[in-house]
Amino acid sequence: MKNVAKVKLACRGVWKVFGRGAEAYLAGKPSPEMLTPDAMARAGLMAGVRDVSIEIGEGEIFIVMGLSGSGKSTLLRCMSRLIEPTAGEVLLEGKDLLKASEAELIDIRRHKMGMVFQHFALLPHLSVLDNVAFPLAIQKVAKAEREQRAREVIELVGLGGRENAFPRQLSGGQQQRVGIARSLAVKPELWFLDEPFSALDPLIRGEMQDELIRLQRVLKKTMIFVTHDFDEAIKLADRIAIMKDGRIIQIGTPEELVMRPATDYVAAFTRNVQRAKVLTARSIMGPVNGMIAGDGVRAGDKIADVAPIVINAGKTMAVIDESGMIIGTLAPQAVIDTLIGRDGRA
Amino acid sequence: MTTLALRLGSAPRSYYWLLWLLLVVATYVLWSQPELAKGLVKYPRGMIVPLMAWISAVSKWCVDNLSVFTRAIAAIIDVPFQLAISLIAKGFMNVSQEVVFPRFSWIGIIGAMAIAGYALGGWRTGILSFFCFLYIAVVGKWDSAMLTLASVVLCVPIGVVCGLLFGILAFRLKWLDDWVLRPSLDIAQTMPAFAYLVPILLLFGFGPVPAMIATVIFATPPMVRATKLALEQVPEEITSMADMFGCTRRQRLWRVMIPTAKPLLLIGINQVIMMTLNFVIIASMIGAGGLGFDVLTALRRLAIGPAMEAGLAIVVVAIALDRMSVAAAHEDRRWRPPAEANWAQRHPYVVMAAACLAVTTLLGVGIDAFADVPNWLEFSTKTFFDEIIKWININFHDAIEAVKVWLLVNVLNPFRNLLVDLPWVTVVAATGLLGFQLSGWRLALLVTPLILFPVIVGLWDKTMFTVYLCAISTFVSALIGIPIGAWASTRDWGNRVVTVIIDTLQTMPSLVFIIPGVMLFGIGDVSAMIAIVLFAVAAAIRYTNHGLRQVPSHLIEAAVAVGCTPRQIFWRVKLPLASPEIMLGINQTLLMALAMLVITALVGTRDLGQEVYIGLAKADAGRGMVAGLCVAFLGIVADRLIVAAAKRARRRLGLPDEQ
Repeated sequence: MKNVAKVKLACRGVWKVFGRGAEAYLAGKPSPEMLTPDAMARAGLMAGVRDVSIEIGEGEIFIVMGLSGSGKSTLLRCMSRLIEPTAGEVLLEGKDLLKASEAELIDIRRHKMGMVFQHFALLPHLSVLDNVAFPLAIQKVAKAEREQRAREVIELVGLGGRENAFPRQLSGGQQQRVGIARSLAVKPELWFLDEPFSALDPLIRGEMQDELIRLQRVLKKTMIFVTHDFDEAIKLADRIAIMKDGRIIQIGTPEELVMRPATDYVAAFTRNVQRAKVLTARSIMGPVNGMIAGDGVRAGDKIADVAPIVINAGKTMAVIDESGMIIGTLAPQAVIDTLIGRDGRA
Repeated sequence: MTTLALRLGSAPRSYYWLLWLLLVVATYVLWSQPELAKGLVKYPRGMIVPLMAWISAVSKWCVDNLSVFTRAIAAIIDVPFQLAISLIAKGFMNVSQEVVFPRFSWIGIIGAMAIAGYALGGWRTGILSFFCFLYIAVVGKWDSAMLTLASVVLCVPIGVVCGLLFGILAFRLKWLDDWVLRPSLDIAQTMPAFAYLVPILLLFGFGPVPAMIATVIFATPPMVRATKLALEQVPEEITSMADMFGCTRRQRLWRVMIPTAKPLLLIGINQVIMMTLNFVIIASMIGAGGLGFDVLTALRRLAIGPAMEAGLAIVVVAIALDRMSVAAAHEDRRWRPPAEANWAQRHPYVVMAAACLAVTTLLGVGIDAFADVPNWLEFSTKTFFDEIIKWININFHDAIEAVKVWLLVNVLNPFRNLLVDLPWVTVVAATGLLGFQLSGWRLALLVTPLILFPVIVGLWDKTMFTVYLCAISTFVSALIGIPIGAWASTRDWGNRVVTVIIDTLQTMPSLVFIIPGVMLFGIGDVSAMIAIVLFAVAAAIRYTNHGLRQVPSHLIEAAVAVGCTPRQIFWRVKLPLASPEIMLGINQTLLMALAMLVITALVGTRDLGQEVYIGLAKADAGRGMVAGLCVAFLGIVADRLIVAAAKRARRRLGLPDEQ
């Protein structure tokens, strides 16, 4: 499904280098040796984002995951052009965002982009309603119209009834709901979320993640979500890009990352993941072995979801793909191995 | 940080003590054998640069050629000023000085102020401002107070708008800030305001309008700083948010950044109000009239009672204005007016205050008691104060005289003579050496020319006289302020009491502080010293208290754990760690002392302040400006040296650098 989706946003060779003369340095066709962190440090330069190329499909939840200092927020700010990349292209529906004039950029942001911030970035002097209506207010949308739209999104994020409250009267989770509502007020096509739940406590964080999944089911936005929390990434992502020292070291679905980590660094993250929640029946099924009928589970189902069925049945079950074909078998032992974290094939 | 401290601690021992010894010996030789090098002890008269004359010539040219222009500006500003005066102080008059339309009723103004206080800060502020203004009416200072208030009402908006615009410029254009705004703000803040009163006086003439222009120049800098600081402190996320939702630059500034920065901006406005009031009081010397004028004339006659009365009225106005504007800064909006509300429904208090003014003023047309404070309500406190003074003089005259003489003979005069007799070369060399030792070449190269300036322009003796008065006042302030600050730092109720007292001290216009000294000690250095100490001691208390409270609690716990007595904890842990902060407090005290100098010139000192004052009285621009620059340079030298010392102390203690 993802393969056929149109590319919404693409980065091609994006660099963000801090320091004097960075642009000239990159423009001078430097050799690969000149682009190592050490060589650049000697030139007085520090790369926040190093040669990033990604393609994000329409309707996809794309997560950029990395520890602090890995350049993930810098990359997000390059994609939204809050900071200017030093080199490379950022293509929004095939048009280079970096070539847009200031007026064009304002227009794109007003109509196509929305963003949610880590510390909410709500305006303290405005009520919830006015905060949510703010993006429309600066577009000079008539008051009645923008307040009606604001009420709709406030209702959508479950804050109906708190329209007249001020941000400081709300809890952190509620404030971020306002932030989310505000980012949705302009009906953006591209939705940036910069560590939106990092400032919240774990219980609320989980609640908000579920809420986001619920919203996405309704809205189907193209979502670019930055986080330092691998579990959060696993829970939400269609695809995850793992960043380290400004570079993307692996892009893949959660399952691919768990099954085939590209480096020890990625493996270190995946080690403590509850595999049953990530892996699908497809990835641990055994050969068909002549089974032709009987109860089956779907190939795309998560092991954690099918475990009760398989274990209760107490026998090997068929794995069926989208077209109804039996493509493998799933033994209770394999399910149990996955659940307790024992790698069946190792 | 510990490694840094270790490294500095183990640095090779320096030989600065040798240089200092050399300086002392050289000074002794010069002092005992002045014939050896006369020019190094007293700066030769012939080499004095006639800067004063040059400035006077330039200003004369300006006056001759520009005054048509400037006086036209003055005439324009006079229009709104007359409007404000007519509204609240004098009433509208026709050509033959008959009132055709009355001023606002005094009852109306008291009511409006009480409503404003309530709207901004709740019942307490409302009641406070009601009684403050009632007091003014009752003691018969209404007319003067309204004159003063009219100037404030007009100057504050101008100062705020100018400050806001320059602050935005400073925030937007870094080069402008670095090269133009910051240096001029530094000078405007350290230079005595009187010094620039002179050229303004020359250009704009004598009277309330030039006083207002000077007031605005004096009161705007804190707003510029507050605006720039407030805009810089807007979180990066908020500005990103503005960009991300497609704000234009203008929308980003006015709809996102300024509202977010509002609490800090309001504190800036509070400062503008207080500085305006302060200066309006002082500016009565060049014809602004009002409460300051009452204090001045009373002091000139040595009439303590009336001076006290007017002084108290100033204090009361200051407290009311301060409380209201501070309350505005802490205002917490919890209410969103319904969408269909009209203007009046959204601003109920404005409507109420306006109605109160209108009704009482209209009633005043028919009923005299509404128009003017009726006689039966007034009572004078003059005789009360005079009686107190008389009683003190009868009972304590000898003791007071004895204290005064003892101070003069044993402390003040010897110290003054020592400073004035020091060869100028010694002072200049010592300043440079200190700068070098504390921070290196750059600081030495900054402070040496600055301290050389008074020598070259021939104001050295007056400068040393200033140093003497400031140093001794700062010393006394520290002597009083540090123990009080230390006392308050260990108890919460002590902290509350002290905070209220120093907050009140700091809201009072500086002119008020010379009254108590004169009351007891008459005119002279002792009174000047008392005035400066009263004015400046607040800084010493505040910084000591703050510094001691900031000592990390884990260090104190560690000290307790190893068995320190409370005394040992104070002397061995808290005081050393708080010393950089206390040094900054001393620095503030010193700068405040310098700022107070010109005011104390009114009680007959012989320092640079007097020189500025004479320049003002004689309308001699050169004299006033040059003496003013000397004061400013002294302030900058002291400030840079102490700040460098505090920074060094912080490094040695392994504390992070302060911004």
